[in-house]
Amino acid sequence: MEASQVVEAALQAELIHEHIVEIVSDSGEGAQKAGQTFGSVSARMGNGVWTVEIIPAEIKPPARSPAGASGIRIRLGSKQVTNMGDQADLVVAFNEQVLYSRIANGAYKAGTVLLIDSKWREDPVAEVQAQYNRALVEFRENGLIVHELPLEQACREITPNPLVGKNMFVLGMLCRIYSRDLDIARNEIATIFKRKSDKVIEINHLLLQAGYDFARDNLNFQFQIPPQSGLEGKRFIVTNGNTALGLGVMAAGMELVSMYPITPATSASHYLADVFHEVGGFVHQAEDEIAAIAFAIGSSFAGKTACTITSGPGLALKTELLALAVMGEIPLVLAVVQRGGPSTGLPTKVEQGDLLASIFGEPGDAPKVVVAAATIEECLHFVVMSRRLAETFRTPVLLLTDANLATGQQPYPRPEPSHEWLAPHIDQTDWDPNVPPYDWDPETGLSPRPIPGMVGGHYVLTGLAHTNESKVAYDSKSNQLGCDMRSRKMAALAGTLKPPKVYGDPEGDLLVVGWGSTLGAIEEAVDRARAQGHKVSSLHLRFLSPLEPGLKEIFSHFRRVMTVEINYSDDLTAPLITPENRRFSQLAWLLRAQTLVDVDCWSVVLGAPLQPGMIHQVLLRRLESLEG
Amino acid sequence: MFGMNADWSLEVFERYFTIGDYAGGEARWCPGCGDHGVLTAVHKLLRDEQVPPETTVCVSGIGCSSRLPHYMGTFGLHGLHGRALPLACGIKSRRPELDVWVSTGDGDCFSIGTAHWIHAIRYNMDMTLLVFDNGVYGLTKKQTSPTSPLGFKTNTHPGGAILPPLNPLTVTLGITNVSFVAQVVDWSPPLLYEVIKAAHRHKGTGFVRIIQRCPVYAEALSKSLQNDPDRILLLQHEKGIPIDPSVKRQFANFIDHDPSDLSAARELAQDQSRVPVGVLYHNPDAPRYEMLSSKGVEFTAKKRLAGLNAALDRFTI
Ligand SMILES: Cc1ncc(C[n+]2csc(CCOP(=O)(O)OP(=O)(O)O)c2C)c(N)n1
Ligand code: SF4
Ligand SMILES: [Mg+2]
Repeated sequence: MEASQVVEAALQAELIHEHIVEIVSDSGEGAQKAGQTFGSVSARMGNGVWTVEIIPAEIKPPARSPAGASGIRIRLGSKQVTNMGDQADLVVAFNEQVLYSRIANGAYKAGTVLLIDSKWREDPVAEVQAQYNRALVEFRENGLIVHELPLEQACREITPNPLVGKNMFVLGMLCRIYSRDLDIARNEIATIFKRKSDKVIEINHLLLQAGYDFARDNLNFQFQIPPQSGLEGKRFIVTNGNTALGLGVMAAGMELVSMYPITPATSASHYLADVFHEVGGFVHQAEDEIAAIAFAIGSSFAGKTACTITSGPGLALKTELLALAVMGEIPLVLAVVQRGGPSTGLPTKVEQGDLLASIFGEPGDAPKVVVAAATIEECLHFVVMSRRLAETFRTPVLLLTDANLATGQQPYPRPEPSHEWLAPHIDQTDWDPNVPPYDWDPETGLSPRPIPGMVGGHYVLTGLAHTNESKVAYDSKSNQLGCDMRSRKMAALAGTLKPPKVYGDPEGDLLVVGWGSTLGAIEEAVDRARAQGHKVSSLHLRFLSPLEPGLKEIFSHFRRVMTVEINYSDDLTAPLITPENRRFSQLAWLLRAQTLVDVDCWSVVLGAPLQPGMIHQVLLRRLESLEG
Repeated sequence: MFGMNADWSLEVFERYFTIGDYAGGEARWCPGCGDHGVLTAVHKLLRDEQVPPETTVCVSGIGCSSRLPHYMGTFGLHGLHGRALPLACGIKSRRPELDVWVSTGDGDCFSIGTAHWIHAIRYNMDMTLLVFDNGVYGLTKKQTSPTSPLGFKTNTHPGGAILPPLNPLTVTLGITNVSFVAQVVDWSPPLLYEVIKAAHRHKGTGFVRIIQRCPVYAEALSKSLQNDPDRILLLQHEKGIPIDPSVKRQFANFIDHDPSDLSAARELAQDQSRVPVGVLYHNPDAPRYEMLSSKGVEFTAKKRLAGLNAALDRFTI
């Protein structure tokens, strides 16, 4: 498209500030690739973007089944977008059946525009035709604005195999609908298919153009979403949270990731397996999670702080070795990409259910650092921070993310790494033999660490209770001292943290406390409530162990404090539940115990990210009950 | 001093290690425990090979035998029950220059650590793996181990072990990429020394099953073998280890066995009527995992940063 055409198109297009788009299909139809590309194109054009994958429950679900819904949601706007938002404004569907599960999830509203492939109307199987017709009646009754379009047929003019090419055709349509620059889209396609032949790129370019023209000729609407302001001169990258984790490992200068495959953590290691060698690193796929963390601990013991990445069931298996790392004061970074639990739970879906297991999971007292990334950008930077904390405080650091961050994509400022980010070269200078291997500073519990290879530094690290000489000691005093010193390190770290910043006014009726990936949705909900005149603020914690300081003081300026989380809590209105026996959500338990404030909570385990609209409603109800 | 130049003085200060340099705390095993003899052999060997104590790392699990690192003057990692091998592999992964030793028991290696045993043999990282097999759980006071013979009475099976024992030799020899398998009894110090030496010199995982006396909980097991040395079959070969004449006097039965012959090794291991001692199998050319896992250790910070920036650029919009 010529530049003049872009301008012309933009002139006719309706100006909007944000939209939520979905592409839904059977799995294997390339909806996610089309959506990610559309997201990247939009980000390059300066929009705020958040993409989240719609993942079917099964690996290869039958075609045209509600459970098989696969695809992607792209939320784009003129401001930074921090979450997936509420109901979609526009959805492209390759068949009608997959829409049922999205409808059941409340993904659409009256007025959502549906662009659906009309090929099923002429399907040779009468039952399919009937299903399609029934569904469209239903969708229209639900208020969807339906456009039936011969998508596959139009693709057939370009490729004999429209099943494979349809996604790029749809990308072309979306580019027209949202006034995207086709040159940027062409470049993206060339990058995606760079390992394929020129022929493949050419066909996909043709499909892109055909989709664009098709939308122009067949649809009577077009939108324009202006770019965010203030981005000029800044460099951005677009990644999902797991790629960010992988980049973080490299930016931290760690040389080893030791893992065992588990959803949704694995893709971080997939990414590293592709590129880690470029920075001299290695991904070890161990025989199980126990071996994975043991291998990482071995490397850390030998002076090369390593990282292990897992999800809930893997975290459970790593417990005993994690305690060894605490006991032996071995630095280690353990990234936990949370999914629904308990047990095998919801492997592909989000939950924040591993907080207490991370902090308290080991038998005995095992103090360690637990931090949680709230954004995709933090997934990267927090690895760098975790490696440093691990070495400074001679401790394992657990970094929590979740399935929402893992698969969500977002543009964020390109990090500009420097030498200080990387692990220092291992110290092989002589060790003063008069200094014990745990030369604890009684004020901080901190001590320098001998590394194999240091002349005079030899000691035997043990998981048994030990003295500062690392000699096995079963006496009362030694055990008390060891526990004191390991715990003291947490206090020393807490002493370096600043009280968290309140989002909104520092006083009011209701304070919402969150952690992890819910940041964007909570703040958006708070914005909506504040716009209605409510005195609501929020607070988002990154350090969970030790907790950030000053919480009790902050809480005292609000009439009510509540957490909003994606994990289980009893609903007070449920049968048998009383204020006395109620089981709280995980952060709420922690805050109640630590601050003695009567912290309330609202949490759900729907296997889905929290949406701002949902939280907004919860806030309004809580505010109402405060009035009552 | 004495008009020596710098080069000369370097030679004067060259380090020589004595057995004392490898000794740690006083060994606390029971009197008559076979573990003492193994420790002595390891001390002596390290002295003879002059391995610097600071680049030697002794890794273990939990059990009587896993106390060994505490009695060494080297770096040590007394880990968790069953987990010595993955810890040791991790140490070796990015520090291939370290001399890694693993001491583990029959419960530690063949029961709770089974998965790691199988996979560590397959990784074949360069380390010396000593399995102290006393046929019983010693530290926890006499429970059945996977190698306890059928009918052996323990606190968990007072009526006698109810399953036939696992054969660690056939299992190990059946694992892909196995490179060194030996068996020895703790009560033949010269043979013990030579076998451990061969395992240590081997480039790869040197697996040594040490049939070990536990006079406290399993005296009968070793006694029956000590009283009937004809059950022991000494393996000798020109390509194998040197055999002291005293060893030949101790074990009258011997055969020629070529340690490069895997099928013959498997046959020997399978034969329940004999207890082969010596090197069953040796393949010096099996690939070692640290050749892969340590790639890039030499990268400078500058090179790492360049790689990182290139990676970031691929996502730059
Ligand atoms: C996870 C775990 N389970 C159980 C134990 C208890 N435990 C310690 S040593 C041991 C068995 C030791 O037997 P073996 O490995 O044969 O060593 P030995 O004492 O005979 O040398 C057991 C069961 C433990 N320490 N950790
Ligand atoms: S219990 Fe047995 S194996 Fe353990 S130290 Fe005593 S004799 Fe040795
Ligand atoms: Mg034993």
